[in-house]
Amino acid sequence: MAIPLSWWLTVAAALFAIGLYGVLSRRNAIGVLLGIELMLNAANINLVAFWRFITPQALTGQVFAIFVIGIAAAEAAAGLAIIISAYRRRRTVVVDELDTMRW
Amino acid sequence: MLIEFIPVLVLFALATAIAVIALVLPAFLGPRRPSRAKIETYESGKLPYGDARYKVPIGYYKIALLFVIFDLEVIFFYPWAVVLRQLHVFGLIEMGIFTALLVVGYVYEWKKGGFEME
Amino acid sequence: MAIEQALQIFVFVILTLMTLGGGLAVVTSRNLFHAALSLILSLAGVVGYYVLLDAGFLAIVQLLIYIGAISILILFSIMLTRGLMTPRQVQRNEQWWIAALVVFLTFVVLIVALWQMVWPIADDEALRTPNVAISQLGEALVGPYAIPFEIISVLLLVALVGAIVLARETENNQGSHAEAGSSE
Repeated sequence: MAIPLSWWLTVAAALFAIGLYGVLSRRNAIGVLLGIELMLNAANINLVAFWRFITPQALTGQVFAIFVIGIAAAEAAAGLAIIISAYRRRRTVVVDELDTMRW
Repeated sequence: MLIEFIPVLVLFALATAIAVIALVLPAFLGPRRPSRAKIETYESGKLPYGDARYKVPIGYYKIALLFVIFDLEVIFFYPWAVVLRQLHVFGLIEMGIFTALLVVGYVYEWKKGGFEME
Repeated sequence: MAIEQALQIFVFVILTLMTLGGGLAVVTSRNLFHAALSLILSLAGVVGYYVLLDAGFLAIVQLLIYIGAISILILFSIMLTRGLMTPRQVQRNEQWWIAALVVFLTFVVLIVALWQMVWPIADDEALRTPNVAISQLGEALVGPYAIPFEIISVLLLVALVGAIVLARETENNQGSHAEAGSSE
């Protein structure tokens, strides 16, 4: 293995930080969702890297990564449907303006 | 293991190289004499009309949604299918439950008219 | 062997440029459509990571699900909601610098923690022969992980039905909100 575990984790941490910045700073709800996708991918890189370096004989890391991808697909499908529904009703996808629940 | 992926790497490099060459070389070598007909959006020979930024109907979203769900199903089918013979009836029943649950969603969308593009 | 190692590091650097560069474009691009296209670049970098980590099946999964399906869904929903979101609009909120500060601190903490930690790396023999058999993955899915496997299908069903209800609700949103809410 030419690349040690710490490098993989560093890259994953950087990707996670970028995604977190997207979630916190975007005004558009779809932009927030893009940030979440980046964070999920960072978590997945970690899972696969830990599988490869710490338990290469067990399958736990890979199986969990597949489950995470499945959950990400469900989350994207439902989340985007909610955003589209909110857009159709309020004519906006800016998260600051979707504040009906804040009384 | 990784040696098997060398062709993929070569393909990747070739695709990148061809794309870069096709974009960069004409900028230096080709003559540039734009006219109205030349800079018009290329629509496979048809005359373009309207705005490209129109809002697409929600039917597209529903089709994409179905595609996501069934794409995932294929992903879970694949490793299962590799060991189908060793798993006997138990594996078949488990995959049956898995598929049945997703078919419920499929039938639901069908009954609700999700496939009609209005 | 040295050539292979050098090649691996070279590919790793290229992939990191793709992944992190694409990621930065995702969070900073003014045009949301460009952000979504950059997300595809970033996800493609992650595909390469999985190949480098000997997780070939996961690379295919990432390619099919993330790049093939989820990105398309995101692009469609951007096109569906585009009316008001012109490319020129400011895309970041007023607290973006606080967000940047928090993110930077999080990143520093993560880096310090993971470089100080001594990881229980497997022995060389195990590292050289990782378990990459797809057949074992299939057995694991219907064996020890049977319950999560079935729950995933329930989750997908719920997401599918929920998304269809939400999409339908928006079709007849002229006035009859109560009908859309109670008809399911």
